[in-house]
Amino acid sequence: MSAMDSPRMALQLEVTTPSDTEILLTRSFKAPRQLVWDAHTRPELIRRWLTGPPGWTFTVCEVDLRVGGRLRFAWRSEQGEEMGLSGEFKEVDAPSHMVHSELFDVDWTGGEAIQITDFDEANGVTTMRQTMRYSSKDARDGAMHSGVDDGMEQCYRILDAVLAERL
Amino acid sequence: MLYNLIVVQPNGYGQMASQRLDATFIALADPTRRAILARLSRGEASVTELAKPFAISQAAVSKHLKLLERAGLVAVGHDAQRRPRRLEPQPLAEASAFLERYRELWEQNYQRLDALLEELQRLQPADSDQPAPAPRKKPGRKNKE
Repeated sequence: MSAMDSPRMALQLEVTTPSDTEILLTRSFKAPRQLVWDAHTRPELIRRWLTGPPGWTFTVCEVDLRVGGRLRFAWRSEQGEEMGLSGEFKEVDAPSHMVHSELFDVDWTGGEAIQITDFDEANGVTTMRQTMRYSSKDARDGAMHSGVDDGMEQCYRILDAVLAERL
Repeated sequence: MLYNLIVVQPNGYGQMASQRLDATFIALADPTRRAILARLSRGEASVTELAKPFAISQAAVSKHLKLLERAGLVAVGHDAQRRPRRLEPQPLAEASAFLERYRELWEQNYQRLDALLEELQRLQPADSDQPAPAPRKKPGRKNKE
């Protein structure tokens, strides 16, 4: 496929940290941009895929897609635990760009996080770049358990070395 | 949107495991401590040997080592004189397994989205930047879920 030539393709999710307070998710989809946009903004489509970890179900999925409009997602686990978040759209430029705030009901990110999502289409492949910007490095690290930074890369390398030695 | 680990985590990881992960990630958050671990991954070393490459005092290295020991990442060897430190790989393995699981949780969402996008494209042949057709209220026969 010609799309394979595109250097920015990421058919598997890539997670990186472009700055101390941000997490960047990059993922490509073999679909036109408008469809990917719809799947991210229309509740009846969001419900079909953003279903939470195994064992969790979507209970609330509300999206008022306009600047100043609210969004609300909530899930429930088999054990009855609830997880919900609310936010507000700051920028909406269909089908390529949106910015919204979000805050979990159990605030674990030290206040609101800002989510910036861009969709680019090339050769029939749409690449999503979703930046989550937290209020501080601690909040970001809390969100990711510092998991994706260079430190973790180094952790992997140390681990590789150790495992190689034991083989 | 990343799942709230506080809520999601207890499902797969007990509270103890969660606290251990916290300790591991805190320990790994510092470049000097990572360098110490990298050095120990090549074999055990005494505090003096560990301090050598760093522009910090032996006391400061000892402090980092204490934190690494509390996190279970470093253990003290048997030689009573040198008291060499060695790497304990288990917490690192747990941490990397946790992170991979976390990425996989997200990847699972996107694989569901892949399937949905494929289905929508069957309904409406690819035509960029046109709104998608109104989806059915109920999943149809071809819907895997």
